[in-house]
Amino acid sequence: MNSDLALLSLVIWTPIIGGLLILAIGSGGDGKGTGAKWLALLVSVAAFLLSVPLYTDFDTTTHLMQFEEMMPWIEAGKVTVNYHIGVDGFSMPLILLTTFATVIVVIAGWEVIEVKPAQYMAAFLIMEGAMNGVFASLDAMLFYVFWEAMLIPMFIVIGIWGGPRRVYATLKFFLYTFFGSVFMLVALIYLFFQTGNFEILAMHGVKIGLDAQILIFFAFLIAFAVKVPMWPVHTWLPDAHVEAPTGGSVILAAIMLKLGAYGFLRFSLPITPDASAALDWLMILLSLVAVAYIGFVAIVQNDMKKLIAYSSIAHMGFVTLGFFIAFAIYRNTGSFSGAAMGIEGGIVQMVSHGFISGAMFLCVGVMYDRVHSREIAAYGGVIHTMPKFGAFFVLFAMANAGLPGTSGFVGEFMVILASFKANFWFAFIAATTLILGAAYTLWMIKRVVYGPVANDNVAKLTDINGREFLFLSVLALMVLLFGIWPAPLLEVMHASVEHLLQHIAISKL
Amino acid sequence: MDLTLTSFAPAMPEMFLLGMLSLVLVVDLFLTERTRHITYILSLLSLAGTFWLVLDGYPRLPELAFHGSYINDPMAALLKLFMLLAVMVVLVYSKEYIKQRDMYKGEFYLLVLFATLGMLVLASAHTLLTVYMGLELLSLSMYAMVALRRDNVDASEAAMKYFVLGAMASAMLLYGMSLVYGATGTLDFALMGEAAAKLPTNDVTMLFGIIFMLVGVAFKLGAVPFHMWVPDVYHGAPTAVTLFISSAPKLAAFAMLMRIFVDGLGELHQQWQGILIVMALLSFGLGNLVAIAQTNLKRMLAYSGISHIGFLLLGVLSGTSEGYAASLYYAITYVVMSLGGFGMILLLSRAGFEADKLDDLKGLNDRSPWFALMMMMLMFSMAGVPPFLGFWAKLAVIQAAVGVGLVWLAIAAVVFSVVGAFYYLRIIKLMYFDKPESDAPIESSADLRILLSANSLAVVGLGLFPSSLLAICSASIG
Repeated sequence: MNSDLALLSLVIWTPIIGGLLILAIGSGGDGKGTGAKWLALLVSVAAFLLSVPLYTDFDTTTHLMQFEEMMPWIEAGKVTVNYHIGVDGFSMPLILLTTFATVIVVIAGWEVIEVKPAQYMAAFLIMEGAMNGVFASLDAMLFYVFWEAMLIPMFIVIGIWGGPRRVYATLKFFLYTFFGSVFMLVALIYLFFQTGNFEILAMHGVKIGLDAQILIFFAFLIAFAVKVPMWPVHTWLPDAHVEAPTGGSVILAAIMLKLGAYGFLRFSLPITPDASAALDWLMILLSLVAVAYIGFVAIVQNDMKKLIAYSSIAHMGFVTLGFFIAFAIYRNTGSFSGAAMGIEGGIVQMVSHGFISGAMFLCVGVMYDRVHSREIAAYGGVIHTMPKFGAFFVLFAMANAGLPGTSGFVGEFMVILASFKANFWFAFIAATTLILGAAYTLWMIKRVVYGPVANDNVAKLTDINGREFLFLSVLALMVLLFGIWPAPLLEVMHASVEHLLQHIAISKL
Repeated sequence: MDLTLTSFAPAMPEMFLLGMLSLVLVVDLFLTERTRHITYILSLLSLAGTFWLVLDGYPRLPELAFHGSYINDPMAALLKLFMLLAVMVVLVYSKEYIKQRDMYKGEFYLLVLFATLGMLVLASAHTLLTVYMGLELLSLSMYAMVALRRDNVDASEAAMKYFVLGAMASAMLLYGMSLVYGATGTLDFALMGEAAAKLPTNDVTMLFGIIFMLVGVAFKLGAVPFHMWVPDVYHGAPTAVTLFISSAPKLAAFAMLMRIFVDGLGELHQQWQGILIVMALLSFGLGNLVAIAQTNLKRMLAYSGISHIGFLLLGVLSGTSEGYAASLYYAITYVVMSLGGFGMILLLSRAGFEADKLDDLKGLNDRSPWFALMMMMLMFSMAGVPPFLGFWAKLAVIQAAVGVGLVWLAIAAVVFSVVGAFYYLRIIKLMYFDKPESDAPIESSADLRILLSANSLAVVGLGLFPSSLLAICSASIG
């Protein structure tokens, strides 16, 4: 299966090198950066095409790592760090999501970014490479390097191209995430002394006592909970989303939040299964608070981006709920199948949320580019002047509310279904999202899209152009595709989920 | 023991430097302002020659000379190489700056060379007396360098503070040495450990000796609570001198710490570990917190330097050879980053303009995207964000601390590194997110630009491929 080409390395390094090249070219004499933009498009499309074989050549029958590459990176004294990368059913879909989202972001920023367009494009490409690196890393230190490195371009993106409170938002974003990850670093170093190297798969196998497991679990939890973000460490996200430029919001929502959830799958669950099982009540509690409480918070928002940001937190609550409900189900029923549904539902929700939230932010961006306001009150009756756009916006909003037939439904449904096997009340609270999600999303749609034309700004709106139509329609297609036929996604992750469950069922004590 | 010429071989680089230094001293007498570049070139050549001699005599095993008072081992050689490299970089960076400020005199170069000689002696010291000799040669030259711009009030004040406090620290060190000599009966590091181990535990004379010597060493390193001189001297001294003080002498101070407390008193690790833990904790705590409040870039970098010393101590206090190697690595990386940071101030300064306020960095990305990028990499590296060099240094020392079970100290260290990230990020914010206050072009010579770029790129290159330097460091510690 595995080709001789170092495919995964290409997917990581093509965008990074392309980004550096664009930095070197600069925005050109006129500052418009036409060359830089075309190069960015070329590189992002190339990276996407390179990542497609990861899916088509993927062997769905095994949980083992595929497209593996391994060489020593650092060998000094007793410390070895390997450049060890590979993908399994968890990481492969997320890499595709990343390369896909970056193409969309490049197209979305085409005419909109007027200040330093070359640096903008370069930042996104370098970020893409680093995020692919995070998903592909099988060495914990390599993982950590990519994990931190991707903060740098995002810090710059929000800080330069963001809104009025961008400096506050970007510093908060960076420091929150950095604070979270240093605890992970100490935990990884501790694990290094248990295994003798930084191989993640070796860490999966190492036996650790319950007390140490709980400490390690919390160290990971701080890192990943900030990233997901889980209540109560979510406050950076609304700020970052509101101030970030559209492209930044898309990447934040579509990919960066997934990194935290991915961390749970790759580190917390397999390395500290006993601590995860012992503390699953805490995780379920935090997830349910995110789903229900943050849902209410979303309803009262006046700012569209803030509303979508809160809705993201609520939706990511489903992901963590799905992951940790698995322990309760396994305890109750002793069967893997119910537990598998929770975890698979969580992963489907991750991918689906990547498309939907990205699309929602792009829709807000489309309006913001014309009216320069994100306030719900500044709009009304957009459908009259922008009929095509209105249709897309309503579709994505429906998906965000979890309408059957869209991808938003599949994940939520699976997680709620799984929750029933654990505890009726878990399912009950989780199911409130169907009401709350519909409430905040559709109420926003009602006020923004429908009704009479509210003011002159809305009356002067022009409908989406070909470029905007392109990225919105592609996203709409994906949302519908995974809503009607999620099998391809479930298929690739099945073996990995199965293996993970078998692994965590065995106590490490 | 019969003396032949070869028995002096371990001290060959130092003797060469002393000879060249005397030559520069004499030649400079016959030079005028216009021909002063001969001094500059001769100084660089003598440093380069010394560098070559160190490299040529790179020892596999420790070699002793002068009846065991002088040692040439891999650690000494590695430190010397980086000291000489750093001093050469300092000379290139500072040339334009001192020209514009009436400091372009032979004295500057001579003092630098004398100080360098002192550092080399410190790195190779193998008795307490050699340590003291090297230290005084270094310190006295540095006091004079700070005072070199004598018509400047800040510089004179800084020199006075530095001298008074430094002299006191030297006295403490000397007093500690005399107590240790009294307790062990030897000045020789090779014999000291054995003699100290025979003493009853917590022997009062020995304890006082250790504490007084630690005070002296901590002063040179700039570790809290003996750090008070650092911000004032860094701030008051001409930037070219600050650049010097913050770079190679830190390696010398590290060498002093290693020689006295590891080579000499390594057996008493238990007794000095506690003190170093407190110092480390205070250094990265106070350094990072106070740096946030600074508005002057030189002062900010001074406090950041104090916090780096705290991290450096993490490795030494762990008391393992991995820990010592980690600290050695940290010291070298700190010097590389510090050279870049102060080099950037020199790059942005021009006649009559010091560029040492934080606000002077505003909008650097609009004025010069290239150097803004370089500075950004330096700042991220100092903050310990991968994939830059500073991250691996922090990783190494934290790993050393966790390795001996000091997990709580490691957690404190990483938490304070997050605090520290704030003020480094603020620099990046000023450069990238703010509008420039002036659009004056950056006037600087090509050699400064090229070397500074190389310096910053080294932070990236050594960050992406940290293996070789890490391996050299761990090989240098036996």
